[in-house]
Amino acid sequence: MSSVSTGVEPIIEARKLEKFYPQPDGNRIQVIAPTDLAIYPGQIIALLGPSGCGKSTMLRMLTGLSPASSGSVYWHGQPVGGETPNVSIVFQSFALFPWMTVIENVEAPLEARGVAEFERHKRALRIIDAVGLDGFESAYPKELSGGMKQRVGVARALVVEPEVLFMDEPFSALDVLTAETLRGELLELWLGKKIPTRAIFIVTHNIEEAVVLADRIIVLGRNPAHIHAEFTVDMAHPRDHKEPQFVELVDQIYRALTRQDHPEATPAELQGILAAKQKRALMLPHTRPGGMAGLLEILADQGGHADLHVLADELSLEVDALLPTVDTAVLLGLLKLEEGDAIITPDGEAFAKGDIQERKKIFRAAVLANVPLLRQMEQALKAKANRTLPAEFFQDLLDEHFSEDESRRQLETAIQWGRYAELFDYDAASGKLTLTEI
Amino acid sequence: MPSPAPLPKHLTPLPPAAARPASSHRAWAFLIDIAVFVSVFAVIFGIYSIGRSWLGPVKVEAEISQNPRSLPLYAMYSLVRILVAYAISLVFALAYGYVAAKSKRAELVLIPLLDILQSIPVLSFLPGVMLAMVALFPSRQLGVELGSIILIFTGQVWNIAFSFYSSLKTVPRDLREAAIIYRFSRWQRFLELDLPFSTIGLVWNSMMSVAGGWFFLMACEMFVLGDKDFRLPGLGSYLQTAASNGNTRALMWGLGAMVAVIVLMDQLIWRPVIAWADKFKFEQVESSGNAHHSLLNFIRRESFLIRMYRRILHPVVDWMTLKFASGAKRAAETFAAPQGARPRRWIGWVFAGLGAMVVVYGVYRTIGELAQLHRADYFELLRSAGITFLRVNLALLIGAIWTIPVGVAIGFSPRFARLMQPLVQLAASIPATALFPVILLFLIRLRGGIEIAAMLLMLLGTQWYILFNVIAGAMAIPTDLKEAAQVFRFGTFDRWRHLILPGIFPYLVTGMVTASGGAWNASIVAEYFHFQGRIVKAPGLGSTISSASDAGHFNVLLASTLIMATVVVLINRLVWRRLYRLASTRFKLET
Repeated sequence: MSSVSTGVEPIIEARKLEKFYPQPDGNRIQVIAPTDLAIYPGQIIALLGPSGCGKSTMLRMLTGLSPASSGSVYWHGQPVGGETPNVSIVFQSFALFPWMTVIENVEAPLEARGVAEFERHKRALRIIDAVGLDGFESAYPKELSGGMKQRVGVARALVVEPEVLFMDEPFSALDVLTAETLRGELLELWLGKKIPTRAIFIVTHNIEEAVVLADRIIVLGRNPAHIHAEFTVDMAHPRDHKEPQFVELVDQIYRALTRQDHPEATPAELQGILAAKQKRALMLPHTRPGGMAGLLEILADQGGHADLHVLADELSLEVDALLPTVDTAVLLGLLKLEEGDAIITPDGEAFAKGDIQERKKIFRAAVLANVPLLRQMEQALKAKANRTLPAEFFQDLLDEHFSEDESRRQLETAIQWGRYAELFDYDAASGKLTLTEI
Repeated sequence: MPSPAPLPKHLTPLPPAAARPASSHRAWAFLIDIAVFVSVFAVIFGIYSIGRSWLGPVKVEAEISQNPRSLPLYAMYSLVRILVAYAISLVFALAYGYVAAKSKRAELVLIPLLDILQSIPVLSFLPGVMLAMVALFPSRQLGVELGSIILIFTGQVWNIAFSFYSSLKTVPRDLREAAIIYRFSRWQRFLELDLPFSTIGLVWNSMMSVAGGWFFLMACEMFVLGDKDFRLPGLGSYLQTAASNGNTRALMWGLGAMVAVIVLMDQLIWRPVIAWADKFKFEQVESSGNAHHSLLNFIRRESFLIRMYRRILHPVVDWMTLKFASGAKRAAETFAAPQGARPRRWIGWVFAGLGAMVVVYGVYRTIGELAQLHRADYFELLRSAGITFLRVNLALLIGAIWTIPVGVAIGFSPRFARLMQPLVQLAASIPATALFPVILLFLIRLRGGIEIAAMLLMLLGTQWYILFNVIAGAMAIPTDLKEAAQVFRFGTFDRWRHLILPGIFPYLVTGMVTASGGAWNASIVAEYFHFQGRIVKAPGLGSTISSASDAGHFNVLLASTLIMATVVVLINRLVWRRLYRLASTRFKLET
């Protein structure tokens, strides 16, 4: 991927960085496709993508927290490993030590670097003052509100004067207003050059957050994670949500996020992605049939056609939260996606209008037609004289394609769907599946 | 793997599937279990053979005063033993848990070993350990003292170690990552992350351990082996001597002192410690009803302890942290890649080889000893094991029968609970072994008195575990379920069958597991006791162990101890662990 090569030397550069889990049978579960990525000085970079797509794994590989399966990370041209890069992370969950006061939390990284007590205290106080935590030095984190806690998280990250500040969904555990305030404060520190940090790398699933903060936005695609699109933001700060340029960019990114193809990939990359896709078994989104029914009903009420962006807004959900449900409906042929718009299919229409028995019938047919795993399960059960098999049997099949955790979740979802479709019964105590005879 | 995405509110997450046994690990785990178990046999043999070979030259006699004036001194003796044993336990448990949690290879061996050591009845080692220690230190006092301390240590260390291990394993990922990214040294990580995160578990388990320690201490202090009097001056021996002589006044004084010591310890040590540990609660929001304690507040204000901490401990710890920090820095500068791994692995293999040789030799000698016994001896041993098995389970049954209704009544009524809780706690805190001579004094004249007394001792030692857990279980049943039972007009029978019994089941199992272990331990004291200059005994495996050690029948002692250990471990594996799994899957109340 050719990024904005400004001729400046990147601080951190990832070359062909990938993450996979080799399986005993020689296959591998690819979590992140080989990716090139560079962090240049003077930029805020946002890594954007739906939850669970591998953004956090990417951040952990870039910071050296998690080893890459292949490829390497360079720090000023030197491979990371011999030298630890001077970076900090601000965590989504704050990750403060609850048994330490605010100032102890901020001092801890300095202590780890061998800074003596007096100097430590001085530097901690200075940064606490800068993030607006004056007067809270001796409070424990549990006495603080979410916003205050994250201010401590930022202070702790900045006190070591990191060259790159990494932020892993730093504002998503906060309420909307607090998040907005904290974003403003972060920009103030950054734009006012009040901190020696040379670049900020922020992972987020919130498109507007990315557009408000970032100079460069990298959109990740899923399965496996790969760079799907990249946007440069040329707007002066502070950026106004209502500005046409802003709205247009948000819309563009929306479309990129929901698009299924890979417009930015070179033919060779595309081939790799497609091959990887074919090799992998179909992955079920983890949703309940009930949630999908709700979505289809709302859609049917709106005439069977709605912009996902608008739909998410109406449900006060982020698009990211809506996607698994949408994916399920698309997978079952009850919904179509076109350029960020959701369109209900005739089957979907019938499903939305039907009573519970009809819904189950449609669901059953859709599942058997579209979900190979459930079809396999039904056939396997039919092949047995007593129509019964242990769930473990299918688990072993799934283990060939997914990591252990994922295969367990896949089976749970499949059992949920199969029960709803009245394909089989599941007895949790014995772990046995029994075919439902009609 | 990226962490699973948080689901939106209207899409409730799928319930977790039943725990899935990792089939590929099963065979391995089994082999490791066997190897570990066999090594335990070897260690037991080691303890006994040391004891036997040094049996000869020991000359002992003990003078226990019955004057209530000597009680404070005796109480202090007992307390020191408990505290020394606890201090050793804590250090050992921290090391054991730390190594098990941080080294994958060590974990493979240490955790199954812990599981077995935890379930072996400690008191069956009492004769062996005492003999070994007395022989090791010809100065009698030191040997017997150390023997009792070692025994208390073995009784209390395992659950602390396990608590620390499981805390370390559950340190939240983001905190671990923060420690790495901010370059904490191992020392700083231990001090500022691992230890604080584990504190609450350590405190609660320490309380349980020390309470259990009293049980063992009393047994140790009263210990008489054949014509050798190993009694130690302390509360246990005081009570035993008083009961033996039928001195009721002294008996009352002794019991009073016992209760006083336990209550004072609770008020002066545990309550402030619990209040202090509240700071380590892993919560994001301050919970209501925080533990406050006037003594703790007093300490926290300007006091000697605080000044000690500021002037001495804090600078020392800080200096160490900085020292380790610079050490880590230097290490990072000198070594580009970790190179020290290779020789260490080599050393590991040597140690493993040596360990295996010792184990093989121990097993070989054990088999040699066991081969000397005849088939009839084994038949006799199994018969007595059967008797003790029946006695233990009868005691458990009686315990369950009275504690379940009482516990549920207490748990369902907050007012009753407030009234009863301190009483029950006080009753439970008196070690059953301390009461045993008192019980014997009253029952000895009855026909079959020792049988009843043995059962009573087991009951006293175990029923509280069941009661506490039943109370907790009854309190945990959600109000809406109780209301549903009311709305649907469940009769008493249905109420118990559909609501109460399933609701308290997981708690009941937890209580019974602990109780079962305790009852087997108690059998060694209960079935065979030196009292009023003679021996009172009831048939059973415990009595076989004690009489074999009295008579110096080494091979019988070895065989019976091994049988008891095997029986207890088997019961745990075959019965309790399965019930436990059932409790944690089917009967788990989830919100």
